[in-house]
Amino acid sequence: MFEPRIVGFTCNWCTYAGADLAGTSRIQYPPNIRIIRVMCTGRINPEFILKAFKRGADGILIGGCHIGDCHYLEGNYKARNRYMLLKKLIEQFGIEPERLRFEFISASEGNKFANVVKEMTEEIRKLGPLNWGGGKKE
Amino acid sequence: MHDRNRIPEEVTIEPSKKLAGSEPRIGVFICHCGTNIAGFVDVKSVVEYASKQPGVILVADYRYVCSEPGQALIRDSIREHGLNRVVVAACSPRMHEPTFRKVAESTGLNPFLVEMANIREQCSWVHMHQPEEATRKAKALVGSAMAKACLLEPLAPTEFKVEPNALVIGGGIAGIQSSLDLAEKGFKVYLVERESSIGGRMAQLDKTFPTLDCSACILTPKMVDVGRNPNIVLMAYSEVKNVEGFIGNFKVTVTRKARYVDDAACTGCGVCAEKCPIKVPNDFDVGLGVRKAIYVPFPQAVPITHTIDKKHCLYFTKGVCKICEKMCPAKAVKFDQKDEDIDINVGVIVVATGYDLYDARQKPQYGYGVYRNVTTGLEFERLLNAAGPTGGKILRPSDKKPPKNVAFIQCVGSRDAEAHQYCSRVCCMASLKHAHQVKEKYPDADVSIFYIDLRAFGKGYEEFLERVQREGVRIVRGKVAEIYEQPDTKNLCLRFEDTLLGEVAEAEFDMVVLATAIEPRADTPTLQKMLKLSLGADGFFLEAHPKLRPVESTVAGIYLCGVAQSPKDIPDAVAQASGAASRATIPLIMGKVTIEPMTASVDEDLCSGCGICEEVCPYNAIEIKEIKGGKRKAEIHEALCNCCGLCGAACPSGAITMRHFTDKQISRQIETLLAPEER
Repeated sequence: MFEPRIVGFTCNWCTYAGADLAGTSRIQYPPNIRIIRVMCTGRINPEFILKAFKRGADGILIGGCHIGDCHYLEGNYKARNRYMLLKKLIEQFGIEPERLRFEFISASEGNKFANVVKEMTEEIRKLGPLNWGGGKKE
Repeated sequence: MHDRNRIPEEVTIEPSKKLAGSEPRIGVFICHCGTNIAGFVDVKSVVEYASKQPGVILVADYRYVCSEPGQALIRDSIREHGLNRVVVAACSPRMHEPTFRKVAESTGLNPFLVEMANIREQCSWVHMHQPEEATRKAKALVGSAMAKACLLEPLAPTEFKVEPNALVIGGGIAGIQSSLDLAEKGFKVYLVERESSIGGRMAQLDKTFPTLDCSACILTPKMVDVGRNPNIVLMAYSEVKNVEGFIGNFKVTVTRKARYVDDAACTGCGVCAEKCPIKVPNDFDVGLGVRKAIYVPFPQAVPITHTIDKKHCLYFTKGVCKICEKMCPAKAVKFDQKDEDIDINVGVIVVATGYDLYDARQKPQYGYGVYRNVTTGLEFERLLNAAGPTGGKILRPSDKKPPKNVAFIQCVGSRDAEAHQYCSRVCCMASLKHAHQVKEKYPDADVSIFYIDLRAFGKGYEEFLERVQREGVRIVRGKVAEIYEQPDTKNLCLRFEDTLLGEVAEAEFDMVVLATAIEPRADTPTLQKMLKLSLGADGFFLEAHPKLRPVESTVAGIYLCGVAQSPKDIPDAVAQASGAASRATIPLIMGKVTIEPMTASVDEDLCSGCGICEEVCPYNAIEIKEIKGGKRKAEIHEALCNCCGLCGAACPSGAITMRHFTDKQISRQIETLLAPEER
C-alpha cells in the first residue's frame, strides 16, 4: 500500500498543542505526518510549501488557531489568505489542490487533529504519489 | 567539574568523529521516558541513526532525561565533549524545553542552542500499535531536530521591567480573594467588576454547603476589606474594553460606565431609591423581586454608590421626573455623566469572570418558564434568603403559599449529551442543602431529589448527604422524563423511572426546583480574543497544564481562577484564587521578565524598503526609515516585536530573518524530514 509522506506546519500555540493533546490522550492516528513547529502559521513562507512538495512531500497540512484566536492577533488570517493563493498556484503547477490543506485546530482539539491526519492520509493515499520535481534538490 | 561517576550506568555513549573549529558539535540525548517512549520506539535503532548524522559528537539514551541524573548527564557531556549544540529527543518542547535550556545555561552554553524532538506526544503515544513506523518517524524527527540544531545561533533574551500592578477581572469571591491577596502583598490592584457591586454569585446565595454558613456573613467582610484596602482601586460598574502588550507590560483600557451618580458624593443613604417612582424586576433576585430605577442591588453592596438604570429611568425614557436629583441630600445625582475610558498599565492579569447558568427553557419537558411553580436552584436560593423577595419564606410562586412537597431535579443541562457533557460539580450539594433548608423550615414537607449519580466528594460532603437522608429527604435515582401541571391546583406531576426499583412512576409536587448547569459566561469568547487565551472543549478558559499549572493561562502573565476556569465550589474557587494571586506575584516580585529573543532582524543590504513588512506587522514594530543616500530601509523595534514571523514570510527580498525559526533552519528541517532513506 502506498504510504504518503505528509509534512505538517503547525503553530506553537494551537495546533502543535492540539497534537500534544492527541498524544497525552493516546489518540491513535496514521504515522505519515511529520511536524515542523513554527510560532505562528503567519511565519510559513510559501516557499516552504513548494520546497516540501519538491522534496517529495505527498501532502502538506498547515494547522493554526481558529480565526480570532491567533496568539499574534491575525497571523492565522494572513496565513489563510496565503494558502488560498497557494492552492491556486500549485494547481497551475499540476499539483492536486487537495494535497495542501489548512485547518484551524485549537489546543483543546486533539481529536480534531487526529481526525484531520486520518482523513488526509486516506485522501492522499487515493491520489497516489506526487513525485513533483522527482524529489530532487532544487 | 562534575564527577564522571555521576553519569548513570544505563547510559550508552557512542562517540562519533570529532569536528574541528567552530563546527557544530551536537550531543543527542534520547529519553526512554520509562516505557512511554521505549515501549513503542526502538531507542537503540534511533541511537544508531542519530550517530550517523552530520555534526554529531555523542548520542546517549537514558531512562529519564528530565530527571536530575539525566540532566547531569547532559551537563557533564557538554563539559567533557565540548558540545556546542544539544538535541533532546523526548516529550513535547511545550513541556520540557525550559528544563533543558536551563541545563545548557548552567554549563555556560547559550540556552537557544538546544533543540527538542517530540518523540513521545508525536510518536510513541499516537502510533502505539505500529512500533516500526513509530521508530521510523522518531528517526525523522530526531534528524530534523539535529539538522535545525546545526544552524542554531546563540540568542540573548531581552529583559523588560514589570509594572508592579495587577488587574483582576471579575469581583466575585475568586476575584475578591485574588485582589486581597495581591494587595496584602503590597501590590496595587485594579479590580474591575461589570455589575454595580462586587460580590458575584456568592452574594446571591443564602447558605453555603455543607457548613450552612450564612453566605453574606462570610462574604461581606471580605467585600468591605476590598473597599477599604488602600492598594485596591475598585472599578465597579466597569468593563475591560481592550488589552494590549505582554507579561509585565499590559496596557489595558477600562470603560467606567456612567452610573449617573457621583461615587465620591453618594453616601448610599437610599433616599433616592425610596422616592423613585419606577419599579423594575431585580436581576439580583433573578427577577423575582423588584427594585427601583435608581438602586443598589443588595443592601451590603460595595461600593454602596447607587446606579441609575437608564433603560427604565423616567428621565432617560420620557425626559421627566428627576425626583432622585431633587431628593438626594448629597447632590450626588449627575444626569450628564458619561462613560469614561481609563487607561491603566499592569504587569499581570487575573481572570475571575465566573459563570452563567444553563437556561432551563432549553429542556421543555420540565416546563420551566411555562409552569410558574418550576424554579431554578438560584431562584430557590433567593426565596430562602432573608433579604430576598419573600423575606426568606419559601413560598411557591403561583399562590405564595408554603409548599407541602418539593422535588429537586439534578443534572439539568449537565452530564447531558445534548447540553453539557461535564458535571457542574456543585448542584448535588446545593440541592441537598436546599432540601435540608426546606425540612428546617417545614419539617412536615415531603422532599425528593431525583438524581443520576449523587456526588458528595468534598470535605464534609458525604457526612452532609447522610445527615440530609436522616432528616427524611427522599433520594430517588432516576431522571425525570416529563413534568405537567394540574391546571386547577398548579401542582406539578413528575413522570420518572426509579432505576433502583425498576419502575416507572408518577408523583405530584407543589414545587419543582431544577439544578441547572453551570456554563461559561456568554461573552467568554470576547474576553478570550482580547486576552489571546485558549478555551477548553467545554468553553471554559484553558489552564496552561491540567495537572501542574492549574492557575496559569496559556498566555504568560495571565492567571485563571474560580469558575471561569471550570465549575467548582466556593472553597476550591478561593483556593485557586489564592493560588493565582500567588503565581501572579512572581513576576511582580522579580520586577523584570525575560522575553524570548526570537525577534525579526533586517539585512539592510537585501532590504529594498518596499514596506510590505511594515504593513503586515500586527504590532507596529516595523518602521521604514530613510538612511543615508535617501534609501529606505525597514527597522525593527525589538521591544514591540512579538516574534510571530509574519514579516519574515512576507518579505519578497528575503531580507528579514526570524531568529530561531530562520528560513535556512526550516528549509533544512524540510530536507531532512523528506530525505530518501526515510521512506
